[in-house]
Amino acid sequence: MATKPELLIDAASLADMERLIAAGANAFVVGESRYGMRLPGEFDLPMIAEAVKLAHLHDVKVYAAVNNVMDNATVDTLPSYIRGLAQAGVDGIIFGDPAVLMVARIEAPGLKLHWNAEMTSTNYATANYWGRRGATRFILARELNMDQVLDAKANTELEVQVQVHGLTNIYHSKRPLVHNYFDHQAKDQPELSDIPIHGKIEDGLYLVETERPDERYPIYEDANGTHIMSSDDLCMIENLHELMEVNIDSFRIEGLLKSIAYNEAVVRAYRAAIDAYYADPEGYEFNEEWLDSIRELQDPSRELSYGFFYKEQVY
Amino acid sequence: MTSTTKVAHRYNGKRNRLDKPELLAPAGNLEKLKFAVHYGADAVYIGGQKYGLRSNADNFSFEEMKEGVEFAKKYGAKVFVATNIYAHNEDIAGLEEYLRELENAGIAAIIAADPIIIETAQRVAPKLEVHLSTQQSTMNWQAVKFWKDEGLPRVVLAREVSMGEIQEIKEHVDIEIEAFIHGAMCSSYSGRCVLSNHFTDRDSNRGGCCQSCRWKYDIYEDDIQMVGMDADKFTMGSKDLCMLESIPDLIDVGVDSFKIEGRMKSLHYVATVVNAYRQAIDSYMADPENYVLKQEWLDDIQKAANRPLNTGFFYDTPGSEDHIYTPEDKAAPYDFAGVVISYNESTGEAVVQQRNHFKPGQEVEFFGPNGTFFKQVVGEIKDEGGNVLDAARHPLQYIVIKTDGPVKPMDMMRKKVR
Repeated sequence: MATKPELLIDAASLADMERLIAAGANAFVVGESRYGMRLPGEFDLPMIAEAVKLAHLHDVKVYAAVNNVMDNATVDTLPSYIRGLAQAGVDGIIFGDPAVLMVARIEAPGLKLHWNAEMTSTNYATANYWGRRGATRFILARELNMDQVLDAKANTELEVQVQVHGLTNIYHSKRPLVHNYFDHQAKDQPELSDIPIHGKIEDGLYLVETERPDERYPIYEDANGTHIMSSDDLCMIENLHELMEVNIDSFRIEGLLKSIAYNEAVVRAYRAAIDAYYADPEGYEFNEEWLDSIRELQDPSRELSYGFFYKEQVY
Repeated sequence: MTSTTKVAHRYNGKRNRLDKPELLAPAGNLEKLKFAVHYGADAVYIGGQKYGLRSNADNFSFEEMKEGVEFAKKYGAKVFVATNIYAHNEDIAGLEEYLRELENAGIAAIIAADPIIIETAQRVAPKLEVHLSTQQSTMNWQAVKFWKDEGLPRVVLAREVSMGEIQEIKEHVDIEIEAFIHGAMCSSYSGRCVLSNHFTDRDSNRGGCCQSCRWKYDIYEDDIQMVGMDADKFTMGSKDLCMLESIPDLIDVGVDSFKIEGRMKSLHYVATVVNAYRQAIDSYMADPENYVLKQEWLDDIQKAANRPLNTGFFYDTPGSEDHIYTPEDKAAPYDFAGVVISYNESTGEAVVQQRNHFKPGQEVEFFGPNGTFFKQVVGEIKDEGGNVLDAARHPLQYIVIKTDGPVKPMDMMRKKVR
């Protein structure tokens, strides 16, 4: 009997973690925005230590997001931060910048390293390159199709993590684009300068492209720049068996920009599917109720989609 | 491996550069390569048939690469090939053979982002230098040190680094630093954008970018459009980079290679931009203390520019004035009109190959490398058979024209359009 895949989600707070553990999550991504990217809540080192304590009580793992595009100033503080993460007892760190790998080798040689360069983590040969330099997990880009995902799993010794649910980032700029735009508008419409527009994640701003009136692309700004997110939510629950058949090691749910109630429902649904499959792989059948429980809470303006899993892209 | 910047310390603590930085120009095809080199590029970068990020460009065959390398060698210039995609599993087959062919063609370096392309090149084509592409969005010295330890002689930094950050990186790591100094910019971190994938199913990181960042968008909060219908729409599109006024700063912080963007740009654009930067760099290096930026270099850049210009992240994070919200005024004020093929000193007549419509009475400019330049009004024009023409209207036709001054083969003629 193969081991069950991990069911991994982010969490905005310790209270959310408790609810998501109860719903069936068995791994978490946490961190702070200075070092990690696009996190739903800020966890400083003492909070990460608390999160680890809580998680380990339930045999649940905690990974720290250290996947930012790093500048010199941040890199200078990395050694003490990574030592702090190791002392907090995290089960691994997520990195994209080779600077993190360099520092972790020295400061925390035993720490597991998950390679995640977002949309540029596209092939197993490159994953294996990072594996030879210490990475233990390959976090796949969301722009790959199913054949490429299966091929990646077949050709690497690293753990393979695949996002199965939620939105994805489609554009990241260091520029404060929302601020810049409203500054520009205020030159013609002085009344706009009275409206406090921060472009923060909780402002709920979204973009609509002229030719695609039904698609809403969330946009927000934080200390790391401007982030634009997909207009649809990936949802692979109907086809999860295709990924379970090849023993993908970790299924990632992206909880960003969703309510805790929604994330709980999503975790419960995927937990049910995973448990049903591993109880009896031969007799496994998809249960429509799992998907219905997600649909009930799904924002009607956001389509549930298969992302790029069954699409052909050209170039 | 070429040596990195040699610097000496002057009494006032400022660094004094002892060797010239490289001027690196784009070349979308063989003709552009020849003109870029002739107008003063120390190196050019091109795309091959595979693994490059400009699938729409007129990319080079191996035969054309060999011819380009031979031509560049006469000027002591080098040819680099961009192999800067992020590969998918199926792209790996054929990579070894492709890299060996580049090495055989005499290519000096590849510009790569995906580590598997880097590692494969080091293994199968050791004479190729590997330069880390800006697609890796490298922002810090520790990452630069990683790539140096991996054997790379050069890193092209992210376009988001500041002058001060470049200086810190140079102080921490002895490696060649290449920086974009002119041309169009991704407004995202390079590589961190899949807008094209989502809008058009074209893979931006394998050359399919359809420039969705320059499209127009409305911005909403809770179903409410936030600005008036008639207001300028939201866009991510950026002004183009121009660092011509900052050559001394770039040299002072230790940038080793000054890179001009634009494998899709015209022959006229490449020659004009290279010409201006070549003169500025040479002038500064000849006498740093008394260097003065010449207005004519800036004027020339404007003659080829097709977007407004700015200084990117070098001095500050871009603000509202660094984006293009109003309708773009795409047309450059001058058009490329012809290339000089030969010149007859005794008659004062030149044979010019037509590259755009021109006719007697029009104001034109002739220019060549090192800033040679004069304006004139087109007088009588003839075809090669001596027949007088009312206009040069056939593409690539040889036209005989009397010039007000001496010209040389590969000098160019541009006409004023407004």
